[in-house]
Amino acid sequence: MNKPAERLYNGIIKENPTFVLMLGMCPTLAVTTSAVNGAGMGLTTTVILVLSNMMISMLRKVIPDRVRIPAYIVVVATFVTLVQFLLQAYIPTLNDALGIYIPLIVVNCIILGRAESYASKNGVFLSMFDGIGMGLGFTVGLTLIGVFRELLGNGTIFNIKVLPDSYEPIVIFVLAPGAFFVLAFLVAVQNKVKNRKQTEHSVMATCDTGCAGCASIGICNGHIETGKQEEE
Amino acid sequence: MGDMLKVSNSPHVRDKRTTAGIMRDVFIALLPASIYGVFNFGARAALILIVSTVSAVVFEGIYQKCMGQKLTISDCSAAVTGLLLGMNLSHTVPWWMAVLGSAFAIIIVKQLFGGLGQNFMNPALGARCFLMISFAGQMTSFTYDGVTGATPLAYVKNGDLSMINVKNMFFGNIAGTIGETSAFWLLVGAIYLLVRGVISLRIPATYIITVAALVTLFGGNGFDITYIAAHVFGGGLILGAFFMATDYVSSPITVKGQYVYAVLLGILTAVFRLYGGTAEGVSYSIIICNLLVPLIEKVTMPTPFGMGGKKHE
Repeated sequence: MNKPAERLYNGIIKENPTFVLMLGMCPTLAVTTSAVNGAGMGLTTTVILVLSNMMISMLRKVIPDRVRIPAYIVVVATFVTLVQFLLQAYIPTLNDALGIYIPLIVVNCIILGRAESYASKNGVFLSMFDGIGMGLGFTVGLTLIGVFRELLGNGTIFNIKVLPDSYEPIVIFVLAPGAFFVLAFLVAVQNKVKNRKQTEHSVMATCDTGCAGCASIGICNGHIETGKQEEE
Repeated sequence: MGDMLKVSNSPHVRDKRTTAGIMRDVFIALLPASIYGVFNFGARAALILIVSTVSAVVFEGIYQKCMGQKLTISDCSAAVTGLLLGMNLSHTVPWWMAVLGSAFAIIIVKQLFGGLGQNFMNPALGARCFLMISFAGQMTSFTYDGVTGATPLAYVKNGDLSMINVKNMFFGNIAGTIGETSAFWLLVGAIYLLVRGVISLRIPATYIITVAALVTLFGGNGFDITYIAAHVFGGGLILGAFFMATDYVSSPITVKGQYVYAVLLGILTAVFRLYGGTAEGVSYSIIICNLLVPLIEKVTMPTPFGMGGKKHE
């Protein structure tokens, strides 16, 4: 697989920021009350992520190591301000719906995380694709959560009525607890699919200590990877 | 001589009682109030109770079958959860709401956290709060004798004490959920549990006394018997105190902890009822305190023999 495509695959599937890395949980839980809001938040973050990744990658030789975090924040904040003005001017409804969560993108840990772990070590071109991949992964995650919450809590998807009128909306899904329920179920499904794929065509993943001395051997029978996270 | 020595691991003290036996006792203790509820609200109440009980058992069976676990529906715990949930619903709710509640109680609150003994909060109450938040309208519309009526607590909330009849309230001729109205028949069931030794008076008595004391002090009505009675018998306090706050899994096991837990329950209930937006506060108090139980137990852990006291250098 060539490098840009690998970056996209990595961001959207392999290290999906929402379902695998579990980063950026605050906007994930707060703004996904509908599919439109989820997608809007995801795309806004994507734009900022791509721009800041490129900018930080360009400046990576100039920024002194000791003050890199403040420098990243200044770069990110600049783009966030720009994007917010654009949203206010051209998509005021989305701006109102997302509210405080747009300025909060400045401290979104996905953006700082990619700046720290990727853009500050790689070229501009690849950093751009890393930003696109991660951003789209975030967008997919938020939109999926938004779709389920909107469907169950309101009977609609992207504001189009899909369930019959006789369906009684389960309001809890558009409230805060519903965000946790939906996220938990989607992560569980994701883990299930991933684990199945792994057991199909590779040796079993093992724990650090091996299964012999493991207390949970009765539960996993040596089949399941026990949460060993790969870090870049 | 050698045959007489038994070498075994702890526990050395065993009891003949089983989970199934205790759950059966709880189920029996809930029946008088349930039957009274059916008599009071009509056949529709029976339908809700049966649907919630049966669906709770069915969901437990389906989940355990799908996950390849041992079937434990015969220990009655799912039936107790279902029946408690049904008793916590108004008889006017649609039947599918009872099914949805049972699914939430059994699958999300109980089984996903590891099944009986592992659930972090009372499943029936978790489901009731889930339904309360989702369908506030249907869950709080009560009718009695075909007339939409307010519960005594709602009258109290609006400051309308004249509508309250203590005798009706005690025997249950009032609006409310299916199982909570008749304090008398709930107490009959509670006495059965106390006699059988399934529950102790510690949590329920402390809980009820705390609520009564706090509403007397802060309710703004002084020592008014009608007012206090409305708080004790008019809502879900009796049902909650005797049957849900005493749930073995989600209440503390240390004696001191049980007092702390019950006082906390009382404080929260009084605060919710007096200063909260809704008239009722028992279910939220119990699930919040359920979450605090691990902390309470940590603080009130008894010292093993020989481990305490001052160290002499």
